[in-house]
Amino acid sequence: MNPTQAYNLQLDPAGQLKHFLTVEGLSRDLLVKIMDTAESFASVTEQTVKKVPLLRGKTVVNLFFENSTRTRTTFELAAKRLSADVLNINIATSATSKGESLLDTIRNLEAMHVDMFVVRHAESGAAHFIARHVAPHISVINGGDGRHAHPTQAMLDVFTIRKHKGDFGNLKVAIVGDILHSRVARSEIHALNTLGAAEVRVIGPKTLLPAAVKTLGVTTFHDLEEGLENVDVVIMLRLQKERMSGAFIPSEHEYFACFGLTEKRLARAKPDVIVMHPGPINRGVEIDSQVADGSHSVILQQVNHGIAVRMAIMSMTMRPDLESSPGDKAL
Amino acid sequence: MSERIAIRGGHVIDPSNGIEGRHDLYLAEGRVVSLGTAPDGFTADRVISAEGQIVCPGFVDLCARLREPGYEHKAAIAGESEAAATGGITTLCCPPDTDPVIDTPAVVNLIRERAQQVGKTKVLPVGALTRGLKGKDLSQMSALKRAGCVAVSNAHAPMANTLVLRRALEYAASHDLLVVIRPEDPWLADQGCVHEGTTGTRLGLPGIPDAAETVAVAQVLALIEHTETRVHFAQLSCARTARMIARAQEKGALVSADVAAHQLHLTEMDIDGFNAMCHVRPPLRSSADRDALRTALKNGVITAICSDHQPHEPDAKLDAFPSTEPGMASLEMLLPLTLKLVDEDVLSLRQAIALLTQGPAAVMGIETGTLSAGVPADICIFDPESTWMVDGSTWQSSGRNTPYWGQTVKGRVTRTLLDGRVVFELQPNRR
Repeated sequence: MNPTQAYNLQLDPAGQLKHFLTVEGLSRDLLVKIMDTAESFASVTEQTVKKVPLLRGKTVVNLFFENSTRTRTTFELAAKRLSADVLNINIATSATSKGESLLDTIRNLEAMHVDMFVVRHAESGAAHFIARHVAPHISVINGGDGRHAHPTQAMLDVFTIRKHKGDFGNLKVAIVGDILHSRVARSEIHALNTLGAAEVRVIGPKTLLPAAVKTLGVTTFHDLEEGLENVDVVIMLRLQKERMSGAFIPSEHEYFACFGLTEKRLARAKPDVIVMHPGPINRGVEIDSQVADGSHSVILQQVNHGIAVRMAIMSMTMRPDLESSPGDKAL
Repeated sequence: MSERIAIRGGHVIDPSNGIEGRHDLYLAEGRVVSLGTAPDGFTADRVISAEGQIVCPGFVDLCARLREPGYEHKAAIAGESEAAATGGITTLCCPPDTDPVIDTPAVVNLIRERAQQVGKTKVLPVGALTRGLKGKDLSQMSALKRAGCVAVSNAHAPMANTLVLRRALEYAASHDLLVVIRPEDPWLADQGCVHEGTTGTRLGLPGIPDAAETVAVAQVLALIEHTETRVHFAQLSCARTARMIARAQEKGALVSADVAAHQLHLTEMDIDGFNAMCHVRPPLRSSADRDALRTALKNGVITAICSDHQPHEPDAKLDAFPSTEPGMASLEMLLPLTLKLVDEDVLSLRQAIALLTQGPAAVMGIETGTLSAGVPADICIFDPESTWMVDGSTWQSSGRNTPYWGQTVKGRVTRTLLDGRVVFELQPNRR
């Protein structure tokens, strides 16, 4: 297998999305098309009847091997607003704990004639693995795999950034916190670089930055205030509790003291900076409540945009021919 | 067994005797009788034409897992012996991580007897360094040696602490047993499954830093500094450890090293797209590491290329990358991958053959890997120019877990002789 095949796995021969596994390797035009399509769906979600018939008769399976509330819910809403039937399967408490292999789980669901899998899995590469082995008519959307990728989150983040900032060309974006374990950060870095952001910074202690992080096309900072200087966008990452036991950081208290986002520190950024967070947030660990609820925060908009962006991605993978004005076809 | 064989017209390469040229080779009573001219009164029962081919000692593979006993769903001695013969390998060392572990003479005997019954390749069991490979208590090394173990090793299993490691090294030395170390610090390796580098960072796969190997090598080198312990470092993966071992050798330490054939060609780039066939341990590292390993071969720091054969059932590779089992099936790839280094001007053909014969035999201190008169006639005849496709038509190993599946490679064994018996002969239509 060569790298070209790896990326082409998610594109059909015409270059349209077949699966949505990673932002890496997708063209700028395609990312823009996803955002434009999401824009048109955003109006759908504001109508009283919030449905379009694009995926009527299709069955979407939310296949979650890892717990999630927000991502699963927004995928479910997105699918329902596209008129698809939705099946939620929480495997964390299901078959694989009985020893069924990942492939057997997929084969069983395939036999039920489903059309799309939205997959979340604790291991990097799970969505690729499934995409490589599913029946040809099924599309796979990566809802987060290990530390690798969370491409729909990255797309809703750049969608949110575009809404506030317009063009990416002059933007300085800082991603703060546990980059090492973050699939969100990896996907955001690829999306921002593909869209031509002026600078992507990652800020965190060395223990939470991947060894070769610079090769992703970022500048690194170990001092939060220095890293926030003049940035247009700050993306805070969740610090997971289990990192405390792995000798990555000494304590939540010290982490907040060094890398917690406060009003005072945010003042180093541009006056019109926006503050983002993929959620769920740890108030007082990575972000101060005042900032999370403050005027710069767009955290709840992100959640809202998540639905339109996921509708766009689902419809584009299932209907590669889709032109971007589905709002007109609203029921 | 007592068949008298003349191998005529081949290009004989025997690095152990500095021989390279067109010679006839005469075998009788399962042993090499002479090279060049037939002994007086020698009449061949069988003449093998090796015209246009290389005749050399059978290959010695320092690390091949046969999976028996304990993992017969992956492979067994019979099938893997066939694969070894197909690959020109006449002697192989199997690591102790079978189930049960090779920590009693009974398991040693079981493996040796099974291999002798099959009679396709010689299998030398490597005994466990610690009981059950648990890293805590020393194994019965003296008994293992008497049963026929050529070396002891803890394979991929970690030692409990440095004190046990020190005592194990000292105890092995008192029995004049070679200790084979696959250097990897378990804490630094942690849950890693790929090289801690650019591809691993991009794919979000937990990394194994090269420090996991350097720290482990440094520890052993420090512990053996004032003892006469012989240590062999198995399957090096890093530029830095190759340099550390070179320095230790210069200072007179009794250390040797080998490298797995795939480490000399593949790099971390090859795991891209989550290619589980390239999930190996130690992980495929950077191209700089690969190049340094090649240099270490040329400089004589690394004296053996092994297959690091690890056959798996198909399911072992069908999962998300971190959940797949590491390892490649590679007995039949050992020759083609080594010859590729000749094609790429890294080694001369003679050097390449030395790394498969004289080099590994010297590491284990065994009388093979040579065509000296009187030694058992373990011989490989191959066509270095013949190309073949890695597919089900000729592949013998039960494991088909190789990233080379479906690819065309160069260098084909045409005959393998074990104790003067032809144990593999390429069917003419396969040539």
